[in-house]
Amino acid sequence: MVPFAGYEMPVQYPMGILGEHLHTRAAAGLFDVSHMGQIRLTGKSGTSPAKALEALVPADIQSLAPGQMRYTQFTNERGGILDDLMVASTGDHLMLVVNASCKEADAAHLRKHLSSSCEIEELSTRALIALQGPQAAAALGRLAPQCRAMAFMSAAFLTVDGISCYVTRSGYTGEDGYEISMPGEAAERLTRRLLAEPEVKPIGLGARDSLRLEAGLCLYGNDIDEKTTPVEAALTWSIGKRRRSDGGFIGSDVVRRQLTEGAPRRLVGVRPDGRAPVRAHAEIQDADGRRLGEITSGGFGPTANGPVAMGYVETASASPGTRLQVVLRDKPLPAAVVKLPFVPHRYFRG
Amino acid sequence: MSTMKFTEEHEWIRVEGDTGTVGITAYAQEQLGDVVYVELPAVGKQVEKGKEMAVVESVKAASEVYAPVTGSITAANDKLTAEPATVNSDPLGEGWFVRIKLGKPDELKNLMDEAAYLKFVEGLH
Repeated sequence: MVPFAGYEMPVQYPMGILGEHLHTRAAAGLFDVSHMGQIRLTGKSGTSPAKALEALVPADIQSLAPGQMRYTQFTNERGGILDDLMVASTGDHLMLVVNASCKEADAAHLRKHLSSSCEIEELSTRALIALQGPQAAAALGRLAPQCRAMAFMSAAFLTVDGISCYVTRSGYTGEDGYEISMPGEAAERLTRRLLAEPEVKPIGLGARDSLRLEAGLCLYGNDIDEKTTPVEAALTWSIGKRRRSDGGFIGSDVVRRQLTEGAPRRLVGVRPDGRAPVRAHAEIQDADGRRLGEITSGGFGPTANGPVAMGYVETASASPGTRLQVVLRDKPLPAAVVKLPFVPHRYFRG
Repeated sequence: MSTMKFTEEHEWIRVEGDTGTVGITAYAQEQLGDVVYVELPAVGKQVEKGKEMAVVESVKAASEVYAPVTGSITAANDKLTAEPATVNSDPLGEGWFVRIKLGKPDELKNLMDEAAYLKFVEGLH
């Protein structure tokens, strides 16, 4: 167990990180992510919470149909990322899932900017578990058959084994799967019920990190932070088309300028030659030894069966195939820029 | 006749004549978790007691392995390059790291025997 954002979290269960990682890619892994922040945003007196939230994020929230969700970021005046989050629309309100380490700051940020237009409720007594992997739908489907028909990035209120849950078909592993929000008092029972399904094993923080890294998904605090913009972090796909032309979110001048003129650096996949893993903060150099940036996440990818990493490089060196070197224990290790993800996403598109 | 000694950094050395075979203990591999990469010193390299000699990387993190004695490397276990998980499956046998020709045999006196090491590990909990 390790301390993580004020919670005691398991790094691994008896199966070990490697086994848990491979199990999730082959069957289904259950992650207790109740430490994450869940916030409900409701419009006051007829205000649209989607329109209000667009003042703080670059995604197109107004076009979210009820039962759909989207990935976005809270930005600051410099276009930096205060946190990244999921936003789901229920039709009459929005459900936000934010990072544990940022949840108090996010709630304060929402209150500061939106309290006149929205009701902001921190759902701190709710639990959240993720069920991820190619057999997640089979396992959850036995308890809530309607979940099978849900498409990736959709959300629904479902009764799971008699418990009222808010279920999204989403996750942080690159695999098909679900995140299940429920009242905290029901969490232990439903978790044990799901763990009793033959496909499901509990998964700790260690494999959560290796799975998301292979999937090329950013970890807040490592790959993205207040100093990196969505353009630099290669998250432009998450910026709404209308938002690119109209702006209207904090830092939109910086983000829109970078969208047209380019950003000075870019987050890329880095694949070291050989077998040695490189870790966060290792320097990235060009083939002549000139500093280009640094690794922000790195380790061994059990499914990629080799070292995998992400890091920032000068934009001129960001194309896949560019030869790099990464400094490991004072020695340059040859590496290359590769297209993300390292392991193909296998989402259920319906 | 061989004798096995242990360090507080969880290396073991099995001495036969003037050479010692070195690895990490069962406790060490358990703490590290799944080993995915091992970096070994070149044959002929001089190593100094207590100084970094090799690196072992698990899925979790990179850790240094220190030389339990001063001497020169006479062999490195290349099997660990292809199958680093051998460190987990057989830490005291097939998972050995290097052989060292002892430069200062007296250093062995300051290492723990197995009973002392097991007691030391117990004290870590």
